Amino acid sequence: MFTGDLSGELIAFFILAAFTITGAVLMLTLTKVVHMVLSLAAVFIGLAGMYVVLEAEFVAFVQVLIYAGAVSILMVFGIMMTKHQEDQGRPAGRMPEVLGLLAAVSLLGILFYAIRSTAFPAAAQVEQAEDNTLEIGKLLFTQHVIPFELVSVLLTVAFIGAIMLARKETDE
Amino acid sequence: MLPSYLMLAAILFCIGLYGALTKRNAVIVLISIELMLNAVNLNLVAFAKYGALPSLTGQVFTLFTISVAAAEVAVGIAILIALFRLKGTVQADEFDEMRR
Repeated sequence: MFTGDLSGELIAFFILAAFTITGAVLMLTLTKVVHMVLSLAAVFIGLAGMYVVLEAEFVAFVQVLIYAGAVSILMVFGIMMTKHQEDQGRPAGRMPEVLGLLAAVSLLGILFYAIRSTAFPAAAQVEQAEDNTLEIGKLLFTQHVIPFELVSVLLTVAFIGAIMLARKETDE
Repeated sequence: MLPSYLMLAAILFCIGLYGALTKRNAVIVLISIELMLNAVNLNLVAFAKYGALPSLTGQVFTLFTISVAAAEVAVGIAILIALFRLKGTVQADEFDEMRR
């Protein structure tokens, strides 16, 4: 698993992985909801760095825009509109916590075993495109144009629905 | 290099799963679901580079996942706000109308 030579990618991977996992664990352990959202933003930014390491610059940019920007702000708004106590309230009972931990750890064990025991075929040496964003744009408007348009319809419907749901009903 | 990325994504997914199963504040549950979606995105991008057939399709698919996740968060927060107006709380275990 860790048999590569100590290349730049490996170093960047470990730094970013430590950053990301620290953010995720903090997200679970902090008590104030706003701090949780902040650590979630740290996870998003760490993942964006990971995409840069994976030569997916456009996806990294979208990740920063949508997740670290829009989704985090939306979560903060959600907390502002709903919060009345500072922390997240009394903790859950013992039983759900133990069951949740059991489920998460067993899933991690299964995934770990599956990843370790799979022989991944070596990647075919395909020359990555020089201009990543240009190639993604070409693909989006040729091969994937129907899903692309469907996503625009989905976003419109979802946001109109969100406005309708969250609207204050004034006329009684 | 691929198994390392898959392991990181698995760890993130399990942290998100634990949060989604145990947290009582519904906003935190939504956040945990976002964490799980992000782990899946990391898998897609990693396979787009190190998979058996590297291509940009994985990255395009990630873009679609991100936009669907954005729509999901918007609707989720709107439902939460509406529920909060109705019941005055965002604790997930007090939304039990369908159990009665």
